[in-house]
Amino acid sequence: MKLLTHNILTSKCLKGVTVGYPLGIVAKEVKVNEVDFNPEFISRMIQKVDWPALCKAAENLGHLDDLPLAVVDDYENNEEFLKKAHHVLMEIEVINGDLICPETGRKFPVTDGIPNMLANEDEV
Amino acid sequence: MSGRPEHQAPPEIFYGEDEARKYTRNTRMMEIQLVMSERAVELLCLPENQPCHLIDLGCGSGLSGETLTEQGHVWTGVDISSAMLGVAKEREVEGDLVLGDLGQGLPFRAGAFDGAISISALQWLCNADQKSHNPAKRLYAFFTSLYGCLSRGSRAVFQFYPENSSQVELITSQAMKAGFTGGLVVDYPNSTKAKKFFLCLMTGGQQPLPTALGVDSREDAPNCVAFSQKRDRMKQLRSGKAPKKSRDWILEKKERRRRQGKETRDDSKFTGRKRPSHVW
Repeated sequence: MKLLTHNILTSKCLKGVTVGYPLGIVAKEVKVNEVDFNPEFISRMIQKVDWPALCKAAENLGHLDDLPLAVVDDYENNEEFLKKAHHVLMEIEVINGDLICPETGRKFPVTDGIPNMLANEDEV
Repeated sequence: MSGRPEHQAPPEIFYGEDEARKYTRNTRMMEIQLVMSERAVELLCLPENQPCHLIDLGCGSGLSGETLTEQGHVWTGVDISSAMLGVAKEREVEGDLVLGDLGQGLPFRAGAFDGAISISALQWLCNADQKSHNPAKRLYAFFTSLYGCLSRGSRAVFQFYPENSSQVELITSQAMKAGFTGGLVVDYPNSTKAKKFFLCLMTGGQQPLPTALGVDSREDAPNCVAFSQKRDRMKQLRSGKAPKKSRDWILEKKERRRRQGKETRDDSKFTGRKRPSHVW
């Protein structure tokens, strides 16, 4: 599960959850991949991404490095910024661990890079 | 014929490990999925040459997702079968995969995606696989959550196999209730083999539906033999038996009855003669 995906995942399908975002991450295994850099795509994603949640997630995984804690002005033309964003969004992958609902504490296990978001019948 | 898969078992059981592998190795299946995925992306009407963030609903082993990657998009896939997702992982698809039940609602933030495709998955939502399942309720939960996580102005295209018109009615009514506009596009409506149903849903208010393929009957359905009715007739003539209802067939049938010892009228010059065609 890439951090881009984590950034858009919520637990709001559970009963009694209002926002369900952001999900906490406890990772047992993290992998760093090499993914082709597409500045246009990253630039557009930055508009959708919740930046504080992204920084927090990267920090939890120990991969915050030198990622700026706020989106810089004129980021569309700042290739260095876009590359750092790309690295965190697309190249860091959680292989094993848990995602945690911030309102109920319910855990969603991540196995082999795939988060299990299946809810039990009584949770929906 | 085993009938429709969704009548045999719920999807997470039907697509167990063996079936998942078989499905993905089947070259005919792969070709069909490729063509349908490309058509679905076409119907999405995405801005040209722009990589988009898409969701593949019922992504299975990633056959349709690969088309998305090929066209330069970044995608996330959701499926209920861990066996199918396992095969997708083995095939190292580029998209991120999520194990989830579409009928429980999509667990994504508002405006997360620029578009959605779904190939051969929607019909699975129409069956109640557990006692507690209410298909209409699940479809509604699915469509409302989908509407929410699509950015304004984007579309969702579903290729699916409706069992009957009331299923189409059920699906479209829940989608409309959730706020979508749009409708059904039927490609090659006059060909039993090539006919494909695409539900095109839009979030940006009422827009004209894309044109279906093969509606002009001069356009041949791809990968289909033209004149298949003529082929069936040739097969019949070659089989050695007389074609049904001809004089020869009648004489043969009477002979068969006599051999069976049944009471049969004698043959005469009137047996199997051409009757006058007009009605008195």
